[in-house]
Parts: sequence; C-alpha cells; structure tokens
Amino acid sequence: MAELLRTHPLEAWAAALAELPDEVRITPEPFVAMVDVRVPAAASEGLAVRGTPLPTAPNTWTPTADGRMVWLGPDEWLLTSTGTVPHLLEEELRDQLRPVGGTAVDVSAQRIGLRISGTRAREVLAKGCSIDLHPRAFPAGRSAQTTLGQAGVVLLSLGEEGFAVLVRSSFAGYLASWLLDAGLEYVPLG
Amino acid sequence: MSTPFRTAEGGRIDRATTLQFTFDGRSLTGHPGDTLASALLASGQHQVATSIRLGRPRGISAAWAEDPGGLVQVEEPFPEPMLLASTVELFDGLVAHGLPGQGRLADVPDSARYDAVHHHVDVLVVGAGPAGLVAALGAARAGARVALVDEQSEAGGSLLSGTDRVDGVPALDWVADAVAELARHPEVLHLQRTTAFGVYDDGFVLALERRTDHLGAAAPRRVSRQRVWRIRARSIVVATGAHERPVVFADNDRPGIMLARAARTFLHRYGVLPGREAVVFTTNDSAYDAALDLARAGVQVQAVVDARPAGSPQRRAECERAGIRVLSGSVVTGTEGVERITSALVAPFTDGEVGAASVIPCDVLLVSGGWNPAVHLFSQARGRLRYDEVLGAFVPGEELDGLAVAGSAAGVLDLAGCLADGQRVVRAALSALAIVPAADDRLPSAPEPVVPAAPLVLWRVPDTSEAHARTQFVDLQRDATVADIARAVGAGLRSIEHVKRYTTIGTAHDQGKTSGVLTSGITAELLGIPVQDTGTTTFRPPYTPVAFAALAGRDRGRLFDPERVTALHDWHVAAGAVFEDVGQWKRPRYYPQPGEDMETAVLRECAAARTGVGIIDGSTLGKIDVQGPDAAVLLDRLYTNMMSSLKVGAVRYGVMCGVDGMVIDDGTVLRLAEDRFLVLTTTGGAAKVLDWMEEWVQTEWPDLRVHCTSVTEQWATFPVVGPRSRDVVGTLFPDVDVSTEAFPFMTWRDTALDGVPVRLARISFSGELAFEVHVSPWYAVAVWQRLLEAGRPYGITPYGTETMHVLRAEKGYPIIGQDTDGTVTPHDLGMAWAVSKKKPDFIGKRSFARPANQDPRRKQLVGLLPVDRHTLLPEGSQIVEFVADGELPPPPVPMLGHVTSSYRSAELARPFALALVKGGRERVGDTVHVPVNGTLVPVEVTGSVLVDPEGARRDG
Repeated sequence: MAELLRTHPLEAWAAALAELPDEVRITPEPFVAMVDVRVPAAASEGLAVRGTPLPTAPNTWTPTADGRMVWLGPDEWLLTSTGTVPHLLEEELRDQLRPVGGTAVDVSAQRIGLRISGTRAREVLAKGCSIDLHPRAFPAGRSAQTTLGQAGVVLLSLGEEGFAVLVRSSFAGYLASWLLDAGLEYVPLG
Repeated sequence: MSTPFRTAEGGRIDRATTLQFTFDGRSLTGHPGDTLASALLASGQHQVATSIRLGRPRGISAAWAEDPGGLVQVEEPFPEPMLLASTVELFDGLVAHGLPGQGRLADVPDSARYDAVHHHVDVLVVGAGPAGLVAALGAARAGARVALVDEQSEAGGSLLSGTDRVDGVPALDWVADAVAELARHPEVLHLQRTTAFGVYDDGFVLALERRTDHLGAAAPRRVSRQRVWRIRARSIVVATGAHERPVVFADNDRPGIMLARAARTFLHRYGVLPGREAVVFTTNDSAYDAALDLARAGVQVQAVVDARPAGSPQRRAECERAGIRVLSGSVVTGTEGVERITSALVAPFTDGEVGAASVIPCDVLLVSGGWNPAVHLFSQARGRLRYDEVLGAFVPGEELDGLAVAGSAAGVLDLAGCLADGQRVVRAALSALAIVPAADDRLPSAPEPVVPAAPLVLWRVPDTSEAHARTQFVDLQRDATVADIARAVGAGLRSIEHVKRYTTIGTAHDQGKTSGVLTSGITAELLGIPVQDTGTTTFRPPYTPVAFAALAGRDRGRLFDPERVTALHDWHVAAGAVFEDVGQWKRPRYYPQPGEDMETAVLRECAAARTGVGIIDGSTLGKIDVQGPDAAVLLDRLYTNMMSSLKVGAVRYGVMCGVDGMVIDDGTVLRLAEDRFLVLTTTGGAAKVLDWMEEWVQTEWPDLRVHCTSVTEQWATFPVVGPRSRDVVGTLFPDVDVSTEAFPFMTWRDTALDGVPVRLARISFSGELAFEVHVSPWYAVAVWQRLLEAGRPYGITPYGTETMHVLRAEKGYPIIGQDTDGTVTPHDLGMAWAVSKKKPDFIGKRSFARPANQDPRRKQLVGLLPVDRHTLLPEGSQIVEFVADGELPPPPVPMLGHVTSSYRSAELARPFALALVKGGRERVGDTVHVPVNGTLVPVEVTGSVLVDPEGARRDG
C-alpha cells in the first residue's frame, strides 16, 4: 500500500494566502511535532528538556535544537520539534518527566502554525489582537496566549522575522479567511 | 448653481474644483473642503428641515457636531440617516435632503467595509487644536509612542476659524509645520476625521475614523469606510476645545440664527458669508471677533447687542472704528421671519429688567452666551465636574490618574494660554510615565492676550410671557422649550436627570451639546438653587453618533462567528453533505443523494447502519488526556461511577454531575495506562468539562498529581457502525484480531496503518457492532478514504448527525443538553446503574439522598410511540393526561412533561420519541395525549430503549 498522505488544514488556503503582497506575508508552517509538557513548578526551575532549559519567565519562548519551547503557564510548556515523530517524542518526554512528577501529551495535530511577516504584519494582527505587539513591548522571544479575531492563538514574536501564530486546527480555516480579509486593503487592485 | 454668499477669496476650500450635489432636489455646487452646510450657506440656504413636533423651519446653527438643527438624510451614494449637514464633507454626486427629526435606514445591505484596529500608546492626545498639537509635539519629541486624533478633516481646531498668529506666522502655517513634524516621528499616529467617542477604564479609548466617507462613490472598495480604533493609552490628554453656548430668547430657532463662532468658521474656513445684514448678540467678548471679521468681509453688521451693562470698553472702541454700532446693556428679546430671520427685536436690559423692544432688520443673527468646555471625555472617565461661576460653565473639578484636560476643554479660553496649557499638561503626563521631555521642546509663542471684560452668565432673556416661553427653545432638535422645563419643575422634578427625561432635552443626535448646560442653568434659576447643585446629566459614550455597522466591523457574514471544521471538512463538502451547526462546529447532518430530502436520506443512512455498515465523522467529540499518578482518583471523584477499577485496555461509559447532582456531561473513558486515561466528552461539553476538571484540580484538590490536557483536535474519530463493521475494520487492519473474543465490547487496541498509529475502540452509540477508529487528523483524509475503500463491498454509507441521533434515540441513549436540561439526575435517565454505591464520595453524591431526588413523581426519561403510527411529534411538545373525549380541557392543563427527541425510525417503521414524563417509568404502557397543532395525539408510553432492548446486536 502507498504511504498514508498527510493533509494540511490550510491546504485549500495556500493559493489565496500566496496572493498577498510582500507587506503581508502569511505562510502556513509545515507539520511539526508538538508535545504539551507539564512539570510541577517546583521541579521546573533549571530543568532541561532535550537539552534546553524550560523557560520560566511568563510569556516567553526559547529556541531549541530543532524547534521551540513555549511557556504556557507556571507548570506548562509547549515543545515543538521538526526532527521527531510525534508519538515517539511524547514517549521520550513521558519517560523523562515521570520521575519529576511531569507528564507529556502529543498535541501535534491540535494546532497548526502560521508565519506572519512583512511591514504590515503588526498592523494586520492589530486588527484582531488586543495585545501590544510593538517591538518595545513584544520583542523577539516573547509569547502570548490571546485571541486573534475570535480564534484563540499562541502568538510568538520572531523579531525581525515577524510572528508565528499557533491556532487550533479546527479554527485554522476561520483564521485564514480572517487574515485574508484583514490583508485585503493592501492587495493592489489588479 | 449660483453661490452668491461665497467670498471672493480665502478659506480652506479648493476653488479650482467644483463639486456637484443635490439637496432637496436642487442641484447645487461646492468645492472640496466644503461641508454640506457650508455649501448650502454659500448658495444662500439656511433652512435644512422642519422641526420634529412643531414643524417649524430649522437651519444650520453651528459649524460642527454641536449643531442641533441641520439633520439630513443622505440618499446617494448609500442611504444613511441622521447625519449633520455641518459634519458631512462635500463630495461629487452627494444626494441628500433635510430631515424633520427622523431618518430612514437603508433597505439594502451596506456593501462598504468597516473594521477595527487595536493601538497602544504612551500618550493619546484628543484634539489637534493649539493645546493638543503642543501636547502631541511635546510627547513625540520626548520619544513617546503617541496618538493624536482629531475629528475635523484637518488639524488646527479653533485656529481654523480665525486669523490668529503663532510664532509670528499665520497660525495655520504653524499648524502645517507641527503636522509635518509629527509625521516625521516614527512613533506617532496622527489621525484626522477621527472622533474619540468613548473613554473607558484603564486608559481604553474608542475612536471612530471616517476613512473614506468624504470620497463618496470614489471611495476605494477594499479600504474600510470607517474604522474603530481601540486605543489603550498609558496617559490621555483631552484637548477637545469648547462649545459655544447660545442664549435662549423667544423665537430663537429661526433659520439664520447661529452661534457667533460658527459664522467665523464659515467665513474663514469655508469662504462663506452667513448673510448680508447681521446682528450679533453676546454676553462676552468673543463674539466681537465675529462682528469685526464679518464687517471686514463686507457684511453689514447692524449692531452688536451686548447684555452686559457696560459691554466691553475695549471691543466697543474697535467696533466704533469699524463703524459698528454697539448696544450695551441690551438683549435680543425675539425675532421675526418664517423661513429665515428678517429682524431681531432688541431691548434695553437693566438690572434684570427688559425694556421696550425695537426692531433691527437682519438676515442673520449671531449669538454667543459664553463657552462650555467639552468635558465629555473627562466626565465619561468619571471625572467630577465643577461649576465655574465666571464662565457659567462646568469645568473639570479634579485630577484623574492617567487623564488630564488641556486648553479650552479645561476652561482656558485664550490662545497663548491654550498653548502653554498643552505643554504643561503633557509634561505632567510624561513625568508620570517617567519619560523625559526633549531639550528642544519649545513652547510656541502667541500674542499676549488682552484681558477680556468679564462675561455675563445669561441662560435666557427674562420674559414673563407664557406664550413666549413656548418659543424659547432650549433643545431645537427636540422642540423643547423653557416652558417644558418649567412644566417639569412644576411637576416636582428637581434632579436634572429627571428634567432631561421629562423634557427629552439632550436626547437627540447632539446629546445636548448646546442645550445641556442651558438646561442646568434654567432649571437652577426656576428652582432658585445654585447651578452647581443642579449639576449636569451624565455624559456617556458615544460623544457623537456611531453607526452599528462600524461597531460590527468585520465580524459579520462568515466572520461573524468562527466556523470550526474537522480535517474531513472538504471531503464532506465534496460529498454533498448538508451541514448542521453544533456549537461553532460545522458537522454533516446528512448526505442526500440525488432526489433525496432529509427524511429519505436519514432513513437510508439509518438502514445502512442497522443492516450493513455506516461511518460517521465523530472528530468533534471532546477529548481530554488525564495523566499522572492520581488520574484514577480524579476521575473517581468526577464521575458518578467507578473509573479506578477500569483495566488498561478497557473502556467505560460514565456520567458526570454538577454539585447539585444533575447530569452535566457523559461519555466514555479509555484507560491508556495505569497513570493515563483518555476522557471522551460530548461535542458541546469539551471545553466546559476541561474547565470543570481544572477548577476542581486547581481550587479543591491541588494535592492530586494529575494533569488534564485537551486533545480534541489531536484525534480524528470515525465510528464504523453496523453488522458489517467488523469486516471493514478487519480488512483494513489485518493485524488486529477483531473477533468478539479477542476484541470484546468496551475495549480498545492500538495498531498502525503504514506506520501511522491508529487506535481502535469497541464503543457503540447506536447499539450496533461498532468500532471507533482514532487517528491523527494529519492522516484523517487518507484513513477515511481507506475505510471507505475497505467498506465498498459492504455498501459502507457515510452518515451524519441526524442519523446518529436517530440511532442513539432508538436505543434510548440520551443527549445531554437535549434530553436533559440541568434538572435531570442519572436516576431520572434510568442510569442508576452508573451511580456507584461503593465510592465514599464523588461530585453530586450528597444530592442523591435529598427527598426531592427520591420523589417517584420526578420526570423520567421514557419512550413515546404515537398510536397512529405516523405522527412525528414536534420536539418540545407538551404531554398531558389522556382525555377521553379527545378535547383539550380549559386551561390550566396540568403538564406531565415534554418531548425531548423525536424522529422517524427505519427500524421500527414508525415515528418515535423520547420524553421526560412525571413518574414516567410507572406509566409505561399508559396512553397519554400530546397536543399537536390543536389536535390531541394519543401516544403510548414505553421504555426508553425501543430497538434491541436485549443488547444482542452490539457484538454483531
């Protein structure tokens, strides 16, 4: 039998998103393994997971060897990894964290990522996000759990490279149409 | 087409371009930079409409949003009611007519776009007049993040209406430089045509930007017409200026009567003369500027009527040099004319006594009763107002954190003072934010003000005639007069809020910008109390009217509410599914084949699942991963039944109750490991149940070592249902022994498909042999298609939520929230078996011992079978006792319960229903009545399980 094909939640939106001008670049991120990591706050200080210390400052994220570690709460993180099979990553982390009272759950398909960049990126996000995204307030390495339009998102500042938005897969289509609509005024009449 | 009242030169209009517009059917012209009001005045037209109650002619009485009179309906390019001629910017092709108080909403959808933007600043400055510009410059130069919003089409505020000089140059040159400098600061957002209309807690301000209204039909379609700015400011500087206040006298409402400043605005900004012969009636020095400017522009100023006994010596001298007669100690007592003022009645005014009037012909009467600082935003922020005896106006009476008032909005009425106040206020704001002002932040200079003669506070010209009181208009838009206030006071009303509501003063589009303080003053006068004690009515947002379309913004049409879809959505669409909204989810309700309606499609889908094999996308089911050493303890406390005894590899159905013992959710629980469970909830209950778990873990049982994580979207779920489901699942997953012995009911097995993990579970929501297939949504489409391929030989039939509901109802499986309503216990549902008697405690347990819970007359879930075998009972139908004669007795008719679910059954070949019926289980076998469309339908009460009550089918 042929290998099972994967279907990206934003497959149908890719063409329309690609039509946006350079001022607003919206690119769906490829599939990536994501594991929700829970470690009791007391055990998390200085704890390294796959070589990267868990960020303990609220609303921050740190890069890892092949992904990101996002602070979600005093005892919760989201670990992403481009180089690992999701269920194997879950297994590995479950084994590592069980002794410190931690847990790990594969949530790779729960959310999908979008990269938003370009000179108008902040303006487009400001149409539906009440968080201050100015570089003075939301520099690279900052994250937020907030709403964009009416979709709950995890928002990461990538600094010069714009923003990453992690959205529930079921809301991805809504968010894509919302973003296309928000970006419409920058699309030249062709 | 002629514009006889247009000056030969001057103004901020583009005379090289001519715009055509139509008003009340007349073709007229104007120029870019005009408002509808200025263009009408240029053509000599003052009257805009007639009044709402009395039908009196009314005209343009002010040059901006404070005008109570000039309401218009725009017809082209898009119908919009209740706009002010003085705030509608003129564009080519505008079609409008005057409104007697009420407009007409468009009966076609508004095709314009509206949107909203969040913005964050250190300092928000409201108003780009002299104080606001200085404040914005000061903040910008300090490097702060600044927003400057102003409601006019260009910056300048009061400077647009006069001939002032700043820094030794014409004031508008200074304004242009200031605007240019602001544009060079990267952290400054400067918005004109933007009204800050609401101030809320914590520095939150809403402002409406009119982005393309002024472009008419030429507005670019992709740009929002209006935008709501949702501004969060660490500090707010309110520099909103002041509104001129009229004086009330008899027949003060005729077209041609306007505020003195408005005449200056029309002259200097729009190049329009308000008339040929003017009388100026004032209580203060400011209106002299209007008289002198108009005289210079060629208007015959018949007289300045100054109510102050000595008038203003210095301004009198200026007038005399200009040949203008000044009548000090005089008032206007009335006017003549119908569609336009033809003369003013002027009388001596000494010690509060009005003498005999003489007639002065005029076609325009300018009035100034002083200035009301525009304290609206300060007051919205709950700032206390103080009555200033000298100004005869309410001014900010306290300091607020994070909001300060500058310039004339704070009662500073001279230019130099406003400039200095703008700087003082912004520096204080910056200091509070620990931002250091720039070294080069220089205060611009303005001529040292001449100290004006003290103003006189005069709310209305004394008049003992009751008839006159009925034409002494306070609120022109509401046709409300001094007589109305007198009647309110006479009726015993003392609170200004009550007077407002009794008289309706201040309730029109202008929200009392000219009439509010007058009402306070006149009410105080009538009550014989100080104006401070009367106070003002409460200032509430919005400052000026805001269209609902603007507030709705982009949240309309498909973006009104998010549509959540599963990974298979595109497949469902291609398969022709009819969708149903389940919460925010779009779920296929049924898949009609050509020529099928819902009823036939559902009967076909049901038959397939009962006799062959069906498949449904159940991915929306809520899923929660419960993990940790105390996972079983938590579930034992949350569910009514025992979960800790569940073996790894097994599945159990469970019911969850609130603390009141009423069912809140149900579902199955899979034990994945000793320390790990997968909890399946209802589609609608997913978020609620996770919150419920977190609430208990975080607030009551923080000692439990357990974590709960939503995995609703981590698993696509496809129940494969029916006697042939084993064949389908066995074919696709050959390494799984799907026999009943090896894979019994209520167990699960992990397997893989081409290396992709798949979980199979023998769970049935239909009573049939069934396998739930769980897989990552990444692979959902591929696995679904493989299942369809494997099922093709067996006629596998995709089915939707409607069939799912029928199948479960035939088995008496309740839907929490449809068959229950928050007053139903597990026992009421016939699920006493799911309530543990062994567990020491669980949520809801204590309530089960209440006498009311033991009452045998409680409503219980039962089945209903219409005796005629064909009536489909409407869901929600009432159930009453059987009536022998088939006639509904007179009300009140005792209600036994109601129908909660009702369907046609392919299996039973008749309609059936589930219902909550008082003492229902005792009534099984009885016949009761259900009124349907006025007829009593006899129905038989049955047990809730109508298909396969023995459960023989679940193993195939």
